[in-house]
Amino acid sequence: MKYVSLQQADFDPGAEQAKLEALSPGAVSSFTGLVRGDDGISAMTLEHYPGMTEAALNALADEALSRWPLKGVVLIHRIGRMTVGERIVQVTIASDHRAAALEACAFLIDRLKTNAPFWKQEEWSDGKCRWVEAKCSDDAAAERWDQAAK
Amino acid sequence: MTKVKILYFAWVREQIGLTEEQVELPAEIETVANLIDWLAGRSDTHALAFADRSKIRCAIDQSIVAQDASIGVAKEIAFFPPVTGG
Repeated sequence: MKYVSLQQADFDPGAEQAKLEALSPGAVSSFTGLVRGDDGISAMTLEHYPGMTEAALNALADEALSRWPLKGVVLIHRIGRMTVGERIVQVTIASDHRAAALEACAFLIDRLKTNAPFWKQEEWSDGKCRWVEAKCSDDAAAERWDQAAK
Repeated sequence: MTKVKILYFAWVREQIGLTEEQVELPAEIETVANLIDWLAGRSDTHALAFADRSKIRCAIDQSIVAQDASIGVAKEIAFFPPVTGG
């Protein structure tokens, strides 16, 4: 089972978890990314490349399904403006085994940061805005899955 | 001359002041790097956006490519900063 969604609306991690539990796997892993309030940030706006983003998310989910024995993959990424504490991204994985569930979840989150065309702009309450810069540590986290490729 | 749609995202879009533009590519433009040089000459805002090439990423027909990649028969070429999703 694969469910990939790019959406403005919020989502319910519990509902996604329940959908995957219904597949009767031995394990379900889950990651939810939220807007952090660092440095007094009040909101975050996510811009993306329509068309390419959907294709990139689907390709990542397909790669996870081909690399690990999974029963289900849920990948939800929001776009648009979100305030501090709001959910941005959800990865939920069902497998019969914990290692596959945990590894596939980490793989998707690491690769999402480097392989999908999203750009974050931070916003402060006084109206000041700043584009988030890509981090070398994100590249390193994504590249460890290249080395682990069979 | 080949017609190509150029797209800009994030601060590249803001600095140039355009989300997209249709351009007629001169035949001598073979690679992404050639195209960046040519686009940088279109206006002061283009020059500013493309001033630091190390901060520019490119996708040809929605696939990310390096700046030495050949443009070939591309229909859509996008320029943007390194991605920051997740």
